[in-house]
Amino acid sequence: MKNGEVNHLRRMGTWWAIASIVLDVVYWFAVGPHITPGRLTEMAKNNQMDFNILFLVALPVLLGVWIFMGYAFVHWSEKRGAPEPVGGPAGAENHRTNVLWISITSIAVLAAAVFGTWALIVDHGSGGGEGPNPVWIPDGASSVQATALAGTAKWAPGTNAPLPVQVIGQQWRFTYRYPTFGNFETPDLVLPANTTVVFDVTSLDVIHSFWAYQLSVKADANPGVNNVAYTETRGTGNFVVRCNELCGIWHGSMFDFGKVVSQGDFMNWAQKTEAANAANTKLLPAFAYTYTPDANGAAGGFYPDGGVTPYSPVETYGAKQPVS
Amino acid sequence: MTISAERPTEVATHSASPYSSKKPRGWFSQHLGTALLAAIIGYLIGHWLGNHIAWNYPTTAATGQNYVANFLALLFGVVGWLLGIGALNYPLAKLVGRSGEHEPEEADGISKYFRYSTNHKTVGIQYIVGVLLFLFTAGLLAMAIRTELLNPTTHVFSPDTYIKIVSEHGTIMMMMATSIIVGPLGNYFVPLMIGSRRMAFPRIEAFSFWTFTAGYMVIFSALPYGGFPTGWTGYAPLQTQAGPGMISYLFGFAVIGLGMMTAGFNVAVTIVNYRAPGMTWSRVPVFVWGILATAALMTLATPALFAAGTFGLLDLVNQTAFYVNEHGGSSYLWQNLFWFFGHPEVYIMAIPGFGVVGELLPVFCRKPLFGYKVSAAGMIGVALLSFFVWQHHIFQSGINPDMRPLFMLTTEMISIPTGFIFLVGLGTMYKSKMRFEIPMLFSLALYFNFLIGGLTGVFISDVPVNVTLHGSFFVLSHFHYTIMGGLVFAFMAGLYYWLPKMTGKMMNKKIGLWHFWTMFIFFNLTFFPMFIIGMLGQPRRVFTYAKSLQGLNDFSSISAYILGFSFIIFAWNLMYSMYIKPEMAPANPWDSLGLEWQTATPVPRHNFDRIPVITNDPYHYAEPGATPLVDRGQSSSSSGYQA
Repeated sequence: MKNGEVNHLRRMGTWWAIASIVLDVVYWFAVGPHITPGRLTEMAKNNQMDFNILFLVALPVLLGVWIFMGYAFVHWSEKRGAPEPVGGPAGAENHRTNVLWISITSIAVLAAAVFGTWALIVDHGSGGGEGPNPVWIPDGASSVQATALAGTAKWAPGTNAPLPVQVIGQQWRFTYRYPTFGNFETPDLVLPANTTVVFDVTSLDVIHSFWAYQLSVKADANPGVNNVAYTETRGTGNFVVRCNELCGIWHGSMFDFGKVVSQGDFMNWAQKTEAANAANTKLLPAFAYTYTPDANGAAGGFYPDGGVTPYSPVETYGAKQPVS
Repeated sequence: MTISAERPTEVATHSASPYSSKKPRGWFSQHLGTALLAAIIGYLIGHWLGNHIAWNYPTTAATGQNYVANFLALLFGVVGWLLGIGALNYPLAKLVGRSGEHEPEEADGISKYFRYSTNHKTVGIQYIVGVLLFLFTAGLLAMAIRTELLNPTTHVFSPDTYIKIVSEHGTIMMMMATSIIVGPLGNYFVPLMIGSRRMAFPRIEAFSFWTFTAGYMVIFSALPYGGFPTGWTGYAPLQTQAGPGMISYLFGFAVIGLGMMTAGFNVAVTIVNYRAPGMTWSRVPVFVWGILATAALMTLATPALFAAGTFGLLDLVNQTAFYVNEHGGSSYLWQNLFWFFGHPEVYIMAIPGFGVVGELLPVFCRKPLFGYKVSAAGMIGVALLSFFVWQHHIFQSGINPDMRPLFMLTTEMISIPTGFIFLVGLGTMYKSKMRFEIPMLFSLALYFNFLIGGLTGVFISDVPVNVTLHGSFFVLSHFHYTIMGGLVFAFMAGLYYWLPKMTGKMMNKKIGLWHFWTMFIFFNLTFFPMFIIGMLGQPRRVFTYAKSLQGLNDFSSISAYILGFSFIIFAWNLMYSMYIKPEMAPANPWDSLGLEWQTATPVPRHNFDRIPVITNDPYHYAEPGATPLVDRGQSSSSSGYQA
């Protein structure tokens, strides 16, 4: 750098550093706490923080490019016919810049991937559908599937037991089965506060996606597949459920609302609903992780092996349909 | 230095063989009209045949739909189209043991654009018209979507109509975007930029264009068939459930896929084999690198789409069970096959844009391209990595969760080569002398838009954050920022930059400025609110949404109308500058060093009277002592080189 010449990079760098720090701080304190999906569950809270951390890194990148470009427009624009810059071959390559750039982007990207993986694992899949064979299982939830199927799963307030809830998608609504309360099926989704919830998501027809927005749960509902997702409720509150995978013409109106209530209230609701639905529950197929609708559409068969195997073989399929 | 003795010999073999000197035919020969006629006849024959075969099939009786007839009608229609335009003359002649007539020399004037032309420049112009047709059709559908979303409770369309509009918009746009730069600009300029007199396979080149147009009509035929409700992704159980419009979708993909494979193959072979002497890999223009990377993707990824579409057709027409869970198939198979094509396709729609801006920036910055090798490596790197990321589209689908960290890593790694593109851009701008001509503005807009598109991509690829964002308007906005904000802006940059070469007429700068600013501003105002809409919980492809989101949706819709209007300004500029008040372009209006500007305008039939001998790369701007790009031997006096 010759004397008297402006050090453009230093100027840009100063602007960039100031803008990045100020805007990052403003974002973190003023915007970050309001970022979706809120803090109704542990998963939501952690996913909100993941988003915010990514944003803290992304914002300086955005500002860096914008400030550079803005600076360049102001300082280095010329009309046609102006004398051309004499860059020479030096302008075509700068090994140090290349190495620096590639190193910084690589480190940022790898850090993001490591951070994302860490968040995914410690947060038990972050509320995403883990498929029929989940690997990041919260404490105490590993045996829930077997006990729910055997009809021995229990849940009571204050026991810290995880609550299994089955989500069944069909064109164009969701229904929910509660295996800890006699397997009743209801269109209302009610959950207890401060509880680990195990969602077993499946479908009767096409692919839907169970998106419990404020719970930060999203799992595709595939016919013949049990897609497991975990969440851990905190306080009480309401949430929206929307279908998130195009499932036909009424996809847009496939939504409903659920609520997280206190454990006592939940117990009351569940017992009351179980009793009220008892007559209907008897007509339902036995609890299973996937269901196969009867070809006639009425009674609804099920995979007799209760299989968590995603693709039941043809021989099994329909082998023990209830007589209709 | 004079050109060595072998060169003219090679020139002679190049120019002599594939063209006869016969002059073209009149109205009774083959052209668009005969193609349409043959397509209609083929359609009717196919439909009759299908009814004849399958009128008493149980499925026909059960559904009231004869899928066999629907499919055969489209198949025969496409074959008729290709026969009618003359695409099959040569192979058929060969098949029956005749020598195969050479395509006659082109007609003068406008009629050549309606014929099966093996001239890469004619095909380039044909492609411009073709992709603009795609773009405007699907753009109108986008206006319809935004109209429906003006109000969450009052509906303009029935849910049925709405979902078909959404599906058709997505499908046509995606297929258009595969070819929007490779088709028009790639076909026209790759031979000019590498110093070749033709493409490697001129007949296949023409074939790819006429297959592309046939595919457009097949996909569009879904609407009269009652549409398809699956979106452009066509997920399987819904696909199996859908009506006859699904046949158009699946077969349309297969047809366009064939066009993409042939186009990509032809371009790749041309670049590898038809470079002029001295056009080493370190002197190939960056645009050509971009097209090469894209062509490789088109050739290697599209077969997955072709297979996926064919399986779907078999499921619907022949009652196979590739995607039917209950009968031993798997709906995940479609998702995997589709995205195994679908993700490389995303980069088929990004890399050509990088190529265009990489080519244009040095011209308008009056500086050598910064990091030429980094730029080429970036595009090749993106292309390679794009084969290893497809499962990030189905993170929440219930696939094996163990794979998620891997696909998160590979997806985020794509940011590294994409970052190269930004390094090259910013490095070239550094201490340059920028000229804000219209193509430059569009190129800079790509950097602005693609940065937002790329950074939001990092959010979506993060699995925990993906739980909220997957399938929402956030994703929708993200890919519009990359495809429209990147590719379509680059296409416009390329058109404004190269149309003077293609037509000899300048695009009007004043209307161009209006076009640019309305398009740039209202593109951002249309799509930026959608990030927020998505984060606030609006899924894609819905006709209704939370009342509280109406303000943002309306803002986006109104901006979308003005964005749509900017395309009318563009169309007006095109009309005005080409026909109403044409202004002749100088030989080299942007003072470019590129080889394509050093031929005559209009470009002669065989591009170069002598095959140029390349002695340098085309980016040595403002280097007085640099070796000139081309050693033209003795005939260099008429050179258009000015800089």
